[in-house]
Amino acid sequence: MTSVIQPSIERPPAKTKTDQVLSSKYTLTAEQLDAFGDEMDAIRQRVVADLGEKDAAYIRKVVKYQRGFEVAGRVMFYLPPLWPVAVASLSVSKILDNMEIGHNVMHGQYDWMGDPALNSRMFDWDTMAPAENWKYGHNYMHHTYTNIVGKDRDVGYGILRMDEEQEWRPYYLGNPVYAFLLMTFFEWGVMLHDLEADEVLAGRRHLWKGENGPILRRIRKKVGKQVLKDYVVFPLLTGPFFLSTLAGNAVANLVRNIWTFNIIFCGHFPAGVATFTIEETENESRGGWYYRQLLGSANITGSKLMHVMSGNLSHQIEHHLFPDIPARRYPELSVEVQEICQRYGLQYNTGPLYKQLGSVAAKIFRLALPDRKKAPEPTGVTETPLAA
Amino acid sequence: MSIIADATTAVLRSRFAAALATPHGVDRYLELVNPMWAANEVRARIVDITREVDVPGHPPVATITLQPTSTWRGHRAGQHVQLGVEVDGARRTTRVFTVSSPESKPGDRFTITMRANPDGVVSRYLVERATVGTMVHLSQAQGEFVLPDHVPDHIVFITGGSGITPAMSMLRSLQRRTHRGRITFLHYAQSPEHQIFAAELEEIRRSGYGIDVHLVYPEQGGRNFSALELERIVPGYRDIDTWLCGPAGLVDAVRPAFEGSDKLHVEYFKPPAVSNGSAEGDVTFARAGTPDVVAANTGATLLEQAEAAGLTPQFGCRMGICFSCTATKKEGTVRNVLTGETSSLPDEDIRICVSSPEGDCSVEL
Repeated sequence: MTSVIQPSIERPPAKTKTDQVLSSKYTLTAEQLDAFGDEMDAIRQRVVADLGEKDAAYIRKVVKYQRGFEVAGRVMFYLPPLWPVAVASLSVSKILDNMEIGHNVMHGQYDWMGDPALNSRMFDWDTMAPAENWKYGHNYMHHTYTNIVGKDRDVGYGILRMDEEQEWRPYYLGNPVYAFLLMTFFEWGVMLHDLEADEVLAGRRHLWKGENGPILRRIRKKVGKQVLKDYVVFPLLTGPFFLSTLAGNAVANLVRNIWTFNIIFCGHFPAGVATFTIEETENESRGGWYYRQLLGSANITGSKLMHVMSGNLSHQIEHHLFPDIPARRYPELSVEVQEICQRYGLQYNTGPLYKQLGSVAAKIFRLALPDRKKAPEPTGVTETPLAA
Repeated sequence: MSIIADATTAVLRSRFAAALATPHGVDRYLELVNPMWAANEVRARIVDITREVDVPGHPPVATITLQPTSTWRGHRAGQHVQLGVEVDGARRTTRVFTVSSPESKPGDRFTITMRANPDGVVSRYLVERATVGTMVHLSQAQGEFVLPDHVPDHIVFITGGSGITPAMSMLRSLQRRTHRGRITFLHYAQSPEHQIFAAELEEIRRSGYGIDVHLVYPEQGGRNFSALELERIVPGYRDIDTWLCGPAGLVDAVRPAFEGSDKLHVEYFKPPAVSNGSAEGDVTFARAGTPDVVAANTGATLLEQAEAAGLTPQFGCRMGICFSCTATKKEGTVRNVLTGETSSLPDEDIRICVSSPEGDCSVEL
């Protein structure tokens, strides 16, 4: 095995005792923070010990459905009147593949099963971004440094201004346009994200040498396969319906792009979600880490179908607290997490999809413009006022 | 195989099929239709389970007959196979078992014979709980402890306990090949009741042409295989091709008697490492293409110990959440520093940033 993942950034300690000076964003004392962390640790230990047949059966069932939708979608392109159904079926397949299966499997949620087909080191998903590139940026960078402005590259993805702490530049006037383009071409955006274009532009990284060398090689290989499959081989297989199949595959990819973009943007960008500075999180304890995950994430309320189709990222808070616990457990965990939040007086950011989306859209537009006045230090527990 | 089956296999293994099934692979689709359909992976259905030895109060021994998928490439007598089972439908656990039936051709049925090791997840499951129809996951046959294509006129087998299985596969293959040379078969067992393949060996002893079977039971006064004893049974044994397989005790006792002779072929049956709950012991870091790095166990996490030893394994969060550092523990016991749980399974995926070794431990980075 080659050591591709070799971060040079400092390491977050897994220390259990809070001993750093807490900024005003922390509404808990050091002792409370540690007790809060212990409660979270206890939940994770209990669930991990309970993992078994039901979790295995669940993910296998989802895989079966996904493959079913996929095959059905591909076959229905032979029957032109069924084109909309085929596209819908393939879209559902891609969404399930990327969210409830891919994202969660690559988090190692099912590694305990010992099944190579559901192992975080083996799995790759039906999208442009190669698994190995994505796991570094996501599992490590984003999940470790969640919402630390300047460290978590998912705060605005190096393209958008999604937080007041990001200094305004005229470039950000295009915020809504960039967001729209990112949504449309989301799978390409996720794939390119790992090249860290902003770092390349800043001259701190070479476009195709150094760290980007192996990343680009993997991208070339994966994109080649994805393009060949969706835009060459399957369309060719349907013979006279080449163009309609090609279009159908493109639309299915687009539907998946729009859906996943919207779900993901509701995870950390709705109003009231706290961000942190590098100084605030220096020497962070385990309790502090849990605290940051909780206040840095937002949930979406909805039906069971909504949760499955979002890969349970509708439970972004629980996902960030317990990223390697099978996502089907998040709904039951959310009851406990909310009870704990209530006891500690912590905000639990949740709302229906339209409300969270509206809040995100408002932020995208508002932050396109320079701040009217120096924004007050966000406290992390009170909602920041909506200006748009 | 028929022409149609051959053609189907060729299509399923083609780059065309792979291009359609990317990124998941053809087998991920085939298995959902029929678990016996495979293009690359090997699986098998259990078609028979026979108890070989069943002494009350002792772990039973069983022979399991497997019908592999058409992807099975066959095996040479003496080879073993990795076999994975999903106990309780969830955790797949894989162990190595020697094939006990004679050499097989692609797609052929074969058998494995094992004792239900009281601490063994897989052997106990196979012997005591598995039923006919159960699916298992296989590797292709592996191992260099095999019978050569051209068999010398006189060969010797020395085996102990479960180490009899590869020798049995070789003996059965020789019989099937109607081998005309001389075979000396020495086996070492606890007692006649514990003797695996007793009836078959008795039959061979009575009717076998040119086969000497010596079954030794030390508990009943049978002598160990010392150099003197070997010389008595097989004069000039150092110059005769010998296959030795069994527990470390037997191998260590017999090996010196051959004084480094290249006629001796050895395979160990390693006993599982047992945790002594202490941090002492040696930690071995293996990496393909480089020599193993061995260091005294300091009790720190494996990631820290690897780095202290000058290695640069991949890692991410260093707190057990991102799985970047997942590595395969070949053997030994590790303790999860977050939960305190220990685990001694061989070939287990562990996160080295939150695993500290207890006693000896070997990790493939």
